[in-house]
Amino acid sequence: MSRLHIDRRALLASGLASGLALGFLGAGVRAAEPTAGRKLVVVICRGGMDGLSVAPPIGDPEYEGLRRTIAIPGDAALKLDTTFGLHPALAGMHALALKGEARIVPALASPDRARSHFEAQDVLETGAPGVYSTDSGWLNRAVQAMNGGRKVEALSVGATAPLILRGPAQAGSWSPGGAWDGSPRLPGLLMDLYAADPLLGPAFARGLETEAMAATATAGIRVPGGGDRQGGGVQGLVRQGQSAARGIGRVVAGFMTQPAGPQVVALSADGFDTHANQGAAQGQLANRLLYLDALAEGLREGLAGEWSNTIVVFATEFGRTARVNGTNGTDHGTASAGLLLGGALKKGGIVGDWPTLKAASLYEGRDLRPTVDSRALFKGLLADHLGVDRRTLDTSVFPDSAGVAPVTGLA
Amino acid sequence: MALSKDMRAAVAATRFGLGARPGELAEAAGDPQGWLAAQIVGRGADLGLPTSELSAKRITDLRVFRQDRRQMRQEEAGPAEGEVSPDRDPVRLAGRMIRETGAEDFLQRARLAATTPAAFRERWALFWCNHFTVSGVKLVTATTVGPFEREAIRPRVFGRFEELLIASTAHPAMLLYLDQAQSIGPNTPAVASLKRRPQARRLGGLNENLAREVLELHTVGVGGGYTQADVTEFAYCLTGWSVGGPREGERSGRFVFRQAAHEPGPRTVMGRRYADDGVNQAAAVMKDLAAHPRTARFVCAKLARHFVADNPPAALVADLERAWLASGGHLAEVARALIDSPHAWAPEAAKLKTPYEFVISGYRAIGGQPAAIEHLAVLRGLGQQPFAPPSPKGWPDEAAHWAAPDALVKRMNWAEAFSAAVAPERDPEAIARQALGARLTEPVARAVARAESRPEALSLLLMSPEFQRR
Repeated sequence: MSRLHIDRRALLASGLASGLALGFLGAGVRAAEPTAGRKLVVVICRGGMDGLSVAPPIGDPEYEGLRRTIAIPGDAALKLDTTFGLHPALAGMHALALKGEARIVPALASPDRARSHFEAQDVLETGAPGVYSTDSGWLNRAVQAMNGGRKVEALSVGATAPLILRGPAQAGSWSPGGAWDGSPRLPGLLMDLYAADPLLGPAFARGLETEAMAATATAGIRVPGGGDRQGGGVQGLVRQGQSAARGIGRVVAGFMTQPAGPQVVALSADGFDTHANQGAAQGQLANRLLYLDALAEGLREGLAGEWSNTIVVFATEFGRTARVNGTNGTDHGTASAGLLLGGALKKGGIVGDWPTLKAASLYEGRDLRPTVDSRALFKGLLADHLGVDRRTLDTSVFPDSAGVAPVTGLA
Repeated sequence: MALSKDMRAAVAATRFGLGARPGELAEAAGDPQGWLAAQIVGRGADLGLPTSELSAKRITDLRVFRQDRRQMRQEEAGPAEGEVSPDRDPVRLAGRMIRETGAEDFLQRARLAATTPAAFRERWALFWCNHFTVSGVKLVTATTVGPFEREAIRPRVFGRFEELLIASTAHPAMLLYLDQAQSIGPNTPAVASLKRRPQARRLGGLNENLAREVLELHTVGVGGGYTQADVTEFAYCLTGWSVGGPREGERSGRFVFRQAAHEPGPRTVMGRRYADDGVNQAAAVMKDLAAHPRTARFVCAKLARHFVADNPPAALVADLERAWLASGGHLAEVARALIDSPHAWAPEAAKLKTPYEFVISGYRAIGGQPAAIEHLAVLRGLGQQPFAPPSPKGWPDEAAHWAAPDALVKRMNWAEAFSAAVAPERDPEAIARQALGARLTEPVARAVARAESRPEALSLLLMSPEFQRR
């Protein structure tokens, strides 16, 4: 038990080092439903991830001229088709793409156009057409819908509660480092004090319930912590971050594969606000992408046979300017690339159209123009993969979105 | 408004302050509002520094260190990764320097918060530190968050908002954090000279990060009526606002204005035209932004949300806004309006304490203070890593963010460990009365009295719904 305790603290430290935080919501779904056992992981990449580096359009004639010092060289990009490659840091995802288990959404954006991180993240996570229109997250409302009148089994992981998971369904929560080894009396006494407390009562009860599941999910997983540098220099830190991200992926999978484990998971990855010195095939952004690739690898390893029931989606609040700025970085833009992975993903090419980087095509003369609304993508996943009906998606999960048709053919 | 003085004293010390220390409620009970008003003294808060000498030294040290690292790598002809001995590994050494200076600064701040008899003044200062966030998550700012707060923010928190805005924007830590220091006007001698040097590693040009965040986060707010064109125009005004480099002698690590990088010409921001007046062009924009009614509204709503409730009463926001506009953004007047507003004194505590507030108020309750940075390690586990908010927006203020189920279990773990260390020689019932006063409810008092040990009693108090809120 004490060994586990130490590992969980190490996991916390290293999770923070790699900029990853996670949360998940689980739903008990009736076994008879065709979508029972299907799993969805949503990864929010915070800071405005540069889609033109994640899935560089190396075949677009404007790409190199716009990107100059930060363009991903055509011979370094991992080729997907005649237009697109993947960033060289995403080798694991590229291998999945070759098997038909990864696809890109090259011009994805939320309905928000303010280029504000905070407003755009709100819109991405609430699923509302505009900012401040609701204070619950679309994933929370989706889980409610999936469970109908039944009690919702919900859980979140992470030190704080991400907006995408907040809402009427009390999500449980767990984050590494929380192993409790104190007086057995205290939790019960506190439950009594919280009996009439609408905020602390349900949340605290959920926190306690998660402990047993966490012990199983983390068992046997060795994740490097702050004292486990793998070699010197920056490269050592990066390798440590990769190991941590992969460990987190495996722990999340460890929760999801338990009998009463969550079916829907959300994670956050931060550090994508690359205004200066973002790098090209290597550098600041490349390191962040190595962590994403390692996270996906850990998930796939941990899910094992369940990978075939799973889809993982990576999305960000907005993309970045089409042109490199004056400081070898990029400023806040509009459309970015989304990534879809998983054994349950239907094979196919890119999702949505490519608007091209021609000057006349750029949004407001500076940004990649969106061709897919993030709500359309999420609706498509919830409909095809998890069986949520269209009316519920149009009204309660994504309010006032009847005009936004789900993307089809994803699962 | 028939609140007893005892209840008003409890609200004053917990909602406006940082939690009552032993004896504090008795001190405040005579005149709770007067007790708060007396903490508004002069123009600044505690720990203020009159010059930016400390940050200049920290920035210079870090740069010298990075140069040494590059030089060492060249001399050693690039040893394979992993073969550098640990005591010469530059990343390790830099990491140690950053950890030690940051930890010292943070501990100093936490000890002030735990011990100050003027905790309203400290909470007020912390609000502005968070409003003008510089985060230590970037290497370039990792050692300058503490100095930034002490040099740019603390000396001005009861002065005019305009001064605070300009001082924070011009501070080297902010210029580095939001990438302003390297932003160059595209039609300037500085860009031309970069273009003549094909070996130059960068292109030179505009970076609009700081301009956008000043508009969005520090002044008018995201709905404040500006457009992308306004962001770009303001970013042109700011070109030239930079930080002295290591070869610039006395100017190293300090604010400098580089005329050669300043985009020439008049600019229009939010409908107003600004002549090209060098360094004063951006300052003129900021003066108008500070005086903009949308700024008053945005910041007053944020103040009300921080001090009183996640969804604050509109009447309270209106009271603050009135004081702001009547005084031209004089923050001492706004602070007085806050404690004078009847809408700020509802007896129900609506705010869940952030992790920092919770831990600090625990120390205050026992009349103690953290002895070492390790005692504050819990903040990281609760999602509030010292000096490292995840974005320029700063730490969130809403209960929904902090009340994750797992975080409550971790709060309990901390309360239990803290109580085990400090409770044996203390009287938990007295602590409960002194910390919560009239806010102590019967069920909590009973639970504390019936606990089977002093540590259990103190844990129950710290974790009680009343102590978790303010």
